[in-house]
Amino acid sequence: MTDEPQRHAVIEVADARVSFGAVKALDGVTMTIMPGECVGLVGHNGAGKSTIVNVINGGLTPHAGTVRCSGTLAPRYGIGTARANGVRCVFQELSLCPNLTVIENTRVMHRTLTGWGWRRRAAAIIGAKLDEIFPGHGIDVASPVSDLSIAERQMVEIATAFSHVAQPVRLVILDEPTSSLDASLATQLLAYVRTFVASGGSVIFISHILGEILSTSDRIVVMKDGRVVAERPAAAFDEHSLVAAMGSVVKGRDVVKAIKPTDGLQPLLTVSPRHGKGLSFQAFSGEIIGLAGLGGHGQTDMLVDLYLSHTGNWMNGSAPRVTFVAGDRALNGVFPLWSILKNLSIAHLSGLSRRGGMLDDEGEAALGRSWKGRIEIRTPDVENPILSLSGGNQQKVLFARALATPAPAVLMDDPMRGVDIGTKQEVYAILRGEAEKGRTFVWYSTEMDEVCLCDRVYVFNNGAIVAELRGDNVTEKNILAASFMGAAA
Amino acid sequence: MRKILSSDTIRLLIPALSLTILLIAVFYLQPRAMSYIGLNLLFNLAVPIALATIAQMLIMTVNDLDLSMGTFVSFVACVAATFLQATPALGLIILAAAVATYAALGVLIHVRNLPSIVVTLGMSFVWGGLAVLILPAPGGQAPEWIRALMISKPPFVPMAIIASITIAVVAHFLIMRSSFGVILRGVGGNARSVERAGWSILGARAATYALAAVFAILAGISLVGLTTSADANIALRYTLLSIAGVILGGGEFTGGRVSPIGAVIGALTLTLAGSFLSFLRISPDWQIGAQGAILIIVLGLRLLLNRLERREKRA
Amino acid sequence: MTRLASLARRPWIWSFVAALTVWAVTILFTGGASTVGLSQAALTFAAFSILVGIGQMFVITLGPGNIDLCVPATMTLAGTVALKFMNVDNSLILPGLIVAIAIGVAVGIGNYALIKLLQIPPIIATLSMSFIVQSTAIWTNRGLRIKPPEVLAKFTTETTAGIPNVAFVALVLSVLAFLLLQKTVYGRWIAAIGQSIRAARMAGIPVDGTRFITYILCAVLAAICGYLLASFSGGAALNMGSEYLLMSIAVVVIGGTAVAGGDSNVPGIWGASLFMFLVVSMLNTYGAGAGIRLIMTGLIIIAVIVLAGGRNPNQR
Repeated sequence: MTDEPQRHAVIEVADARVSFGAVKALDGVTMTIMPGECVGLVGHNGAGKSTIVNVINGGLTPHAGTVRCSGTLAPRYGIGTARANGVRCVFQELSLCPNLTVIENTRVMHRTLTGWGWRRRAAAIIGAKLDEIFPGHGIDVASPVSDLSIAERQMVEIATAFSHVAQPVRLVILDEPTSSLDASLATQLLAYVRTFVASGGSVIFISHILGEILSTSDRIVVMKDGRVVAERPAAAFDEHSLVAAMGSVVKGRDVVKAIKPTDGLQPLLTVSPRHGKGLSFQAFSGEIIGLAGLGGHGQTDMLVDLYLSHTGNWMNGSAPRVTFVAGDRALNGVFPLWSILKNLSIAHLSGLSRRGGMLDDEGEAALGRSWKGRIEIRTPDVENPILSLSGGNQQKVLFARALATPAPAVLMDDPMRGVDIGTKQEVYAILRGEAEKGRTFVWYSTEMDEVCLCDRVYVFNNGAIVAELRGDNVTEKNILAASFMGAAA
Repeated sequence: MRKILSSDTIRLLIPALSLTILLIAVFYLQPRAMSYIGLNLLFNLAVPIALATIAQMLIMTVNDLDLSMGTFVSFVACVAATFLQATPALGLIILAAAVATYAALGVLIHVRNLPSIVVTLGMSFVWGGLAVLILPAPGGQAPEWIRALMISKPPFVPMAIIASITIAVVAHFLIMRSSFGVILRGVGGNARSVERAGWSILGARAATYALAAVFAILAGISLVGLTTSADANIALRYTLLSIAGVILGGGEFTGGRVSPIGAVIGALTLTLAGSFLSFLRISPDWQIGAQGAILIIVLGLRLLLNRLERREKRA
Repeated sequence: MTRLASLARRPWIWSFVAALTVWAVTILFTGGASTVGLSQAALTFAAFSILVGIGQMFVITLGPGNIDLCVPATMTLAGTVALKFMNVDNSLILPGLIVAIAIGVAVGIGNYALIKLLQIPPIIATLSMSFIVQSTAIWTNRGLRIKPPEVLAKFTTETTAGIPNVAFVALVLSVLAFLLLQKTVYGRWIAAIGQSIRAARMAGIPVDGTRFITYILCAVLAAICGYLLASFSGGAALNMGSEYLLMSIAVVVIGGTAVAGGDSNVPGIWGASLFMFLVVSMLNTYGAGAGIRLIMTGLIIIAVIVLAGGRNPNQR
């Protein structure tokens, strides 16, 4: 390395801490990005990757710690400041306006594209950038974004992030950029990343495809549970050592798990492989089945499909076969205007009603009392509004809602996310008890410890089930391996 | 996958086709309509409706709906027939205040997160009341210059056609081609992204509503030019007609997907449908019903087209 | 004191307070001369608003975007066809009612079929439906204006123990609606769908079936209202429903039903309907013209909705 003049880091994050309620998303993270380097960021669920990215692009202000940009400490480091300093971000959720054309979306991103002939200029900018990153892309920049395929939309987002209009681009954060791209497009992108970095730009590259990280990054940062656990030049890692670095240092408790015999029994639920890829899913009576793998790799989709296919949209029988516990409370679970009791009883109303669909008030009140005690909902009165409860207790109500129904199968969509450890332990005990009585649980969890509690685990990767682990094989090592490399180690 | 025709062009196909088919049917039933005077008569009243449809289209661009369009246009007509004719300066001030009110409504709806349906519902009473105050009974007189414009007879092509084409072209340029229009439509498509890119959603919405008011004002003025006098209820059916016109023209309720040319074609089609039915000797009782049926058929066709598009994309 | 405070927090109480205030102000102006007349007129006209208001309330409770714009057309068609069917024959009064209800059911099914099959928003669906239904009404009404059967006409225009009969009908239906909302599974289901349609589906509620029934309910109530209104007015006029669209939405909003869905309020509709009528009477009594009346109505609606706010920030 030749002596270079003192260069300012593009971004310097010092001891950032971010908490969401009981969850420590970032627990003292220090990260420095220098110009001209590609930093790979890897970690399993809950590692804090998205959080640190949000801190760097100005979307989130850490509760403790500082963010320096080009050496100066901005008083309020927000999205605007980040953009002004050349920090761009490509997320997985699309930020394009689907009703506008590619050219018009470019115009939205760049305020200076106005006045006579702006279309030509915008087309030139985005077209040139697309040609540079993805030669031979075949995208018509005059077509509306809604006409493009997912891969093409991703390409446009990437090109937009890298294009210079008013401010030079200094740092581009790519969060799982190749998830919608095929192999050849991914190769083109990674080649461009190297070119960009060679010309002095910086890239933070997040991906679950370890091969990509190893080939494209100069330096790899491994995160786990909100902390940086390893940081080395890319050459010092290989796939296995990366997976090992993501695992726990402390060995897990050796719980002897009896493998429940399932041969010859009729499965309660089955799902054939989607698009013919991967393994099929089966659930038997009395099992607790875990769905593991990185978040957003098809677990929720399978649960929702299972649920929708077993319940009716026009009429419901009085004996539901499956019931659902939502994890995203605001979207799938809580009825915000209602009391705790009404939220609890809603899934079991037909069971609680008398003739003619009239509600049984005493029955409902008794149900409320019984579950308040069983699941220990911390509230003086179940008639209080649901929003008066803490997040963890709201989650308990959603559990009670599902468990109160007579349905033999309970589908759970990462319900413990953000819930405090005390509540979790209480709920685990209840799940065990119910399973012993013959109830089946299909449990998608982004937390390794929880998944390891299950009898059988299906690991998802890119929308398909890539591994089925039983009994003693349900270990963090095997799950990590399958999540990142596609097959049990 | 490159398409021979962009999806926007395909969307325009349905309204363009329906207008053409209807026009051919009308000419077949009444060959005399195929003349300069005939065309002018057929499409005269479409001009104010087309302007009101563009106004409604602008409101729909930002995912709202204006149920007060009919009463507002009536109010403008009353103002045009009285103040604009007698004391133009005062008339202009009143109309400017109306534009400002619309802009304020757009901001209020966003800031307080109100349903536009209920707010515009309330405003429809207010505009209606103001119209009644200005003209308790039908009367007033159209200003000379408006009258002259509306009954002008340009060579070869009737005024109604020229006006419709002009409206379509201007609206298209303003909303679909200009850099300003991009932001307005972006707000309807993905407001969060537009905001993150540094634009003021409030400003965009205020501008959209103000522009809509301007078009609605033009609708009211041109209507008075055609009917020479005004009354408080003159344009009440414009509310439903404008909504139907936007939908017919390929515009959508949410998502910022609108088409000014389609909206004008939609307005022309709806106007023509009325004449078509009377040429068919179908009683005027069924005119409104026919408009409803056309709407349903077009929507059904649109659904079919969407399904085919989706299947094609997956292939 | 706490009882009073809890009473004050209920949203519907304010519409009653407002109605009472306006009533008092009007009586004051006339020096008490028209108390009985005013009150009876208020109850009579409010009754019709209440009937359509209840139906609209059920639909609005289903959540944002749900509204029935076909109400006036349904009223007109039901009134026209029922009166024609009864043909001034007293023995056909009850069958006439059944005919009206059948029309309501048909329109409700049509509305939801458009919403579901064509996948269009309820506003457009009910709008298109209203065009067709209105046309059908116009066509059915060709010719003579048929009068209602005498017994029915007397029933709708008279009072019992000082209270107009139509107000009793509205009361009975209100009580039934209240029971439906508060005491049945169906009532819980619509409130759930209105708060979060996705959560409702994932909690096992048959969303499509529930919405279907609700749209039918709204159309049936509009039909019954049309049946009674036509009898009250001595015949079905083609524009009999025109005021009632805006009125049905206004009394729901002013009565305290959440416009974003999920929270309905039957007593509030009574307060709001009375209030709306009394405001108009008060303005009339004070000599305000039609223009002022309309402006005041509009400003009241806007003021109420601005104060009440839109979506609950805790909801999506």
